[in-house]
Amino acid sequence: MSNKEIMPKQKHMGMKRKNAISNFFIYFILIVMVVVWLVPFVCILLESFRVEKTWQVGYVIPHEWGFGNYVKLFTETDFLKWYGNTLLIGASAAVLQTIVVLAVSYTLSRINFKGRKFLMNTCLVLGMFPGFVTLIVLYRVLSDIGLTGPNAVPGLILIGVAGSGMGYYISKGYFDTIPRSLDEAAKVDGATKFQIFYKVIMPLAKPIVIYTILTAFMGPWGDFMFAKYIANGSSAGMNVAVGLQYMISSPGNISKNYTMFCAGGVCVAIPITILFMCLQKYYVEGVTGGAVKG
Amino acid sequence: MRKKNDLEYLRLNKLQKFFYRIGFFITNIPKHLLTFFIFIGKFFVKIFKKIGNEFKFLGTTFVHGSWKTKISYFILGFGNISRGQVAKGLLFFLFEAVFIFYMITSGGYWLGKFQNLGDAAQVQVYNPTYDTYETVPGDNSFKILLYGLLTIVFIIAFIVTWRINVKQCYLCDQIEQSGKKVKTNKDDLKSLLDNNFHKTLLTLPILGVMAFTIIPIIFMILVAFTNMDATKDGYSNLFTWVGMDNFNELFSFRDSSGGNLSLAFGEILSWTLIWAIFATFTNYFLGMFVAIMINKKGIKFKKLWRGIFVLTIAIPQFVSLLYVSKLFAKNGLINGLLMDWGIIKEVIPFWTDPTLARVMVILINIWIGIPYLMLIATGILMNIPQDLYESAKIDGANVWQQYTRITLPYMLFVTGPYLLTSFIGNLNNFNVIYLLTGGEPTDPRLLTSGGSAGSTDLLITWLFKITTGATNNYKLAAVIAIMIFIVVAVISLIVYNIMPSNRNERDFS
Repeated sequence: MSNKEIMPKQKHMGMKRKNAISNFFIYFILIVMVVVWLVPFVCILLESFRVEKTWQVGYVIPHEWGFGNYVKLFTETDFLKWYGNTLLIGASAAVLQTIVVLAVSYTLSRINFKGRKFLMNTCLVLGMFPGFVTLIVLYRVLSDIGLTGPNAVPGLILIGVAGSGMGYYISKGYFDTIPRSLDEAAKVDGATKFQIFYKVIMPLAKPIVIYTILTAFMGPWGDFMFAKYIANGSSAGMNVAVGLQYMISSPGNISKNYTMFCAGGVCVAIPITILFMCLQKYYVEGVTGGAVKG
Repeated sequence: MRKKNDLEYLRLNKLQKFFYRIGFFITNIPKHLLTFFIFIGKFFVKIFKKIGNEFKFLGTTFVHGSWKTKISYFILGFGNISRGQVAKGLLFFLFEAVFIFYMITSGGYWLGKFQNLGDAAQVQVYNPTYDTYETVPGDNSFKILLYGLLTIVFIIAFIVTWRINVKQCYLCDQIEQSGKKVKTNKDDLKSLLDNNFHKTLLTLPILGVMAFTIIPIIFMILVAFTNMDATKDGYSNLFTWVGMDNFNELFSFRDSSGGNLSLAFGEILSWTLIWAIFATFTNYFLGMFVAIMINKKGIKFKKLWRGIFVLTIAIPQFVSLLYVSKLFAKNGLINGLLMDWGIIKEVIPFWTDPTLARVMVILINIWIGIPYLMLIATGILMNIPQDLYESAKIDGANVWQQYTRITLPYMLFVTGPYLLTSFIGNLNNFNVIYLLTGGEPTDPRLLTSGGSAGSTDLLITWLFKITTGATNNYKLAAVIAIMIFIVVAVISLIVYNIMPSNRNERDFS
């Protein structure tokens, strides 16, 4: 046997070892990262069951376990009201915003009409203006027609739906990827534009429809700035984000409500997470298909 | 700077190319400005030409049009009604009637007051019968500004409708002259599902954006030229036009009793830019790094790793942000545990030391952002043709070379627009800053009477404080909003110029 035949094998072994070492490091990094990413959520879960002290303490595992915080959360605060508000906003957004977003993104992606570029550029420029300041005037107008404070929910829905047409980027990116020859084939067969939309493209766009519904539904759960401004301190008009932030907004509040806040966080996070996990496939498809091509 | 020819340019390495492009951009700024002004000039010329053509069109149509058309100039929809399109014509006519009625009853009033936003505030009048002071309402500047603006919008809408009406009559004239039949209402309705389908789909969304985005934005731009704030709220004290005063105040660099507004603005703006750069690029590269690690051949449980990170996207941000902010508080869990274990003697001032707070905000933003970036990067990495890597390996490229020569250029190419939008998103990243620190710790230099800020405040959170705080300094908020707009627009412009490719949107279809 000559050396020539052994050499590649040795080299191969060396590479294998190198590969194993780098894999080991990758596993190590990944495990560390997973711990860092998950520990806060485990902590919040554990702290929500702590009975003995309601303020922040220097240990994680409760000395005394119980559901006291949850009971208190639902009986002594407006949490149920906040939860209902958010659910209502989320559900309406899921229906209405989805219709608006799909209509706009479909049109801009697949119909050629005069002014299309102009509309897209206008959206781009409008998006550069910090939308928050417009709340100063919107708030006054809404409060004149009585949609602020305790009645903030319809006001928030209205603002959210009205402005949602500008958030068309991701679903437009998705529509762009559907081959144009389909439209043309249908057109040759005598289909109207509505039929092309309804019978040809929509059945193919299921992932982006579900993605849009999912993000529209989840948006209000994290909506903070607008919700806080419109609710204007009235507990009945808050959503969960504003309500829970209000709970721990001052040192005095923290010492009273900290564990209750943890319980509230868990109550919000668990259903959303379950829903998300069920529809995760579509979310990933939407993000990877639409976000980068949009 | 001398422009290099193609051959010289190709000889440069990546970094040199990058700096060359930036340098080239900077040396070309005068040229860009010139083109910009020429563009504006041409734009105005075009507009004037268009207006001229418009008048010509209206004039000739009136002269040569049929009598139906001539009447339609004054009674909207007459042409439609006389040709059998009754419903459509009635709508036109109704619009005109409403417009005239509105202008006579209130539109003229608002427009008249618009010039100085009202002249009499509410007053207290002594009422001797009840021995009390009664409030007699005066003008309301806020309403005058709003309704004045709405009236102007209404007038423009009327002119546009009038013009559509004329155009339709013109078309009908032409059709009749050629001896064909004019379309019926039914045909028009049908076309809404076919040739005019885009109008059906876009009408409501555009109206929504008009009413709830564009008009409020114009309103706030107008507010920047008034002196509206908490004391001058519009009814107990009127506000009025002040020209450029608010902008002058922001750029005066004057130390008044209320602090130095210009300094505060500069300070907050520079931190906002630093934050946006770090937040965008740390997330981008670390997210890509994680995606590459998980994607590597031979790593098992790919789905599990990805799943865990994706899971964290699902949990609403405010929960994680609020919890983490309390985690690092003075008496929070981290400090408590570290003290217990004897690692530290005194609490670490995570949120009270300005520099540390800024670093923490960026680090926690990485924690928030990586899963999302990982998801995007994974999708793109899978699209890179594997044979590129195979041939690179055969040529003896090591992992780093493969990364810098194949992965990174591909990623940058595909995600260029995404990087820009996420940069802009980070400039206005309200949630992360507000929920983590609320802008704290306070910085004495940033305390102004116009609105105070802390070390970690971004322009957008400063804006929030200005508008919701005790000062309610609306005029300053409007000015700052305009400044944010300018910053974002300039950055977008520069990035578009430097970006290696302005991709065609239809490339992928």
